[in-house]
Amino acid sequence: MTKYILNRLFHSALVMFTISFIVFFIMFKAGDPVELMLPPDATQQDVVDMRAALGLDKSFIVQYQKFLVNVSKGNLGNSFIYGQPALDIVFERMPATMELAVIAMFISVLVGIPLGIISSIKPNSILSRIIMFFSLAGISVPVFWTGMILVLIFSVILGVLPSSGRGEVYLFTSAFTWDGIKHLIMPVATLAVFQLALILRLTRTGMMEVLMQDYIKLAAAKGVPRKVIVYYHALKNTLIPLITIIGIQFGQLVAFTIVTETIFAWPGTGKLIIDSIQNLDRPIVVAYLLVISFIFVAINFVVDVLYTFVDPRVRV
Amino acid sequence: MALLEVNNLHTHFFTRNGIIKAVDGISFSIEKGEILGIVGESGAGKSITGFSMLGLIDQPGKIVSGEIIFNGVDLVKKSEKELQKIRGNEIAMIFQDPQTSLNPVISIGDQLMEAILYHNKKASKKDAYNASVDILKLVGLPAAEKRMKSYPHQLSGGMKQRVVIAMALLNNPKLLVADEPTTALDVTIQAQILYLMKKLSKDFDSSLILITHDIAVVSQLCDKIAVMYAGRIVEYGKKEDIIFNPKHPYTKGLIECLPKLNDDKERLYQIPGIMPSLLSLPEGCYFKDRCEFADKECDVYPDQQDIEGRRIFCHKVK
Repeated sequence: MTKYILNRLFHSALVMFTISFIVFFIMFKAGDPVELMLPPDATQQDVVDMRAALGLDKSFIVQYQKFLVNVSKGNLGNSFIYGQPALDIVFERMPATMELAVIAMFISVLVGIPLGIISSIKPNSILSRIIMFFSLAGISVPVFWTGMILVLIFSVILGVLPSSGRGEVYLFTSAFTWDGIKHLIMPVATLAVFQLALILRLTRTGMMEVLMQDYIKLAAAKGVPRKVIVYYHALKNTLIPLITIIGIQFGQLVAFTIVTETIFAWPGTGKLIIDSIQNLDRPIVVAYLLVISFIFVAINFVVDVLYTFVDPRVRV
Repeated sequence: MALLEVNNLHTHFFTRNGIIKAVDGISFSIEKGEILGIVGESGAGKSITGFSMLGLIDQPGKIVSGEIIFNGVDLVKKSEKELQKIRGNEIAMIFQDPQTSLNPVISIGDQLMEAILYHNKKASKKDAYNASVDILKLVGLPAAEKRMKSYPHQLSGGMKQRVVIAMALLNNPKLLVADEPTTALDVTIQAQILYLMKKLSKDFDSSLILITHDIAVVSQLCDKIAVMYAGRIVEYGKKEDIIFNPKHPYTKGLIECLPKLNDDKERLYQIPGIMPSLLSLPEGCYFKDRCEFADKECDVYPDQQDIEGRRIFCHKVK
């Protein structure tokens, strides 16, 4: 077990290193931020000075080497624009994004799995057909459309929910204040619609496949009640692939709340990264992508370890 | 009175392409302790016959008519809840492929114990554990205590089939339905498992329905044989009669297909053609297109004849 975990950790470190190189290289090639940062009437000397001050006059290898040395000290550089440490800026914005992703995922799992099971037991019943119709809609409708329709209905027409901002924040999250919850409802719903539909459909497909297996029939032949067969024998098998998907999707949620955050002017990392890319603010882009990659890698690591508990075939 | 008496059983599947009459009016009976072999090609309706005994017919299938009189009561009339009490308790089943008939994520012990716990509400977990270990020893699984904690992937095919047999015997059933129990196993293991089943069904005084396509297996084990073709029984009688003196052309063909050791033929005998699709059965006798004796008379489905204690459906047997 320890060997397994160490092995996974080594792999994770390798992935992080590779990503840092790729991201740094792309941002190096993306262009010169100095032109954007200086006023239009700056002299050629100003440009050269600024470049030297930021260390941008050195070759790629030298810059990357310096970057790696700094990273090993926990320093990802200062933002070109804000002048503060890039990592601090990313972390400052992270709770807002995380709360959207966590709450949306929590709702998706809590609602998606039971509905998926219900629609798999009697796939031709009217209830199943209704569930499947809405899940098909949920998986097909683009996020920006859902977001804007929600704003149109609940903010513009009914005027019951605020259309932008985070509301009152208490202990890093707006989920503890009534005002915060009102601000959360629409962005969370926008994010959850797709995830819920996806988890529902995967649960249904998985359950339908498992329920056809011989071991389900043998359990029935043993006289095990139908409920136990569905919620224990079948669900335990369905959960194995589902855990992987939920892990990957959670990473996706954190990384791609960009559209939702833009619609609802949500002060999270998604909005930060869009602004920083436009300004060629390399330290922030690199810091953000590294943090996101780290979250992905960490989730995958957790999923791998979880697997060993759910699936006896990968137990080590 | 027979332990099990099946009368004119029809199990049909209502598919988009039409009604598939997988079991179309079959009758047989089994006495206590008797072994009945049901033989036939793939798709002849053998397995569906077996599942019908337990009322385990999946959608879109249904037992349409007929009786399954078990211990004096008709199982066809029983509700799902009543059947649940009978399944695995009075009638148990052994499946074809041990690789797929055990749940991969539940331990062997838990899968065994639940068969006891759902039927005997008074049994404690400890009773169920002890009974499960005992039965694993009985089916010849080495290190039974250790195996209780194992998962199916840690066992070989033969060991898994022993577990499945143990599972079926846990509640001392009166009737055991074994659906091709040795098909997926090595030839060397096949004999062991067959011998084990015969011995255990004698020890437990259980009756056994052995479903197989292998007439050699049936000839070793059974007291009675029913030969199925396209959802119907074509010949039914005592083993000795059917193996040594087959009358129906189909039964004759099946026995002819067996390789013989003292015989130096290049090729084995084959029954020409294939079994017709259950969706487009021919008029008259279903076997006529493959039968060398068929003539005009066979355009009408043959009536049942009782000849020398056997039941047969063929115009050409007089």
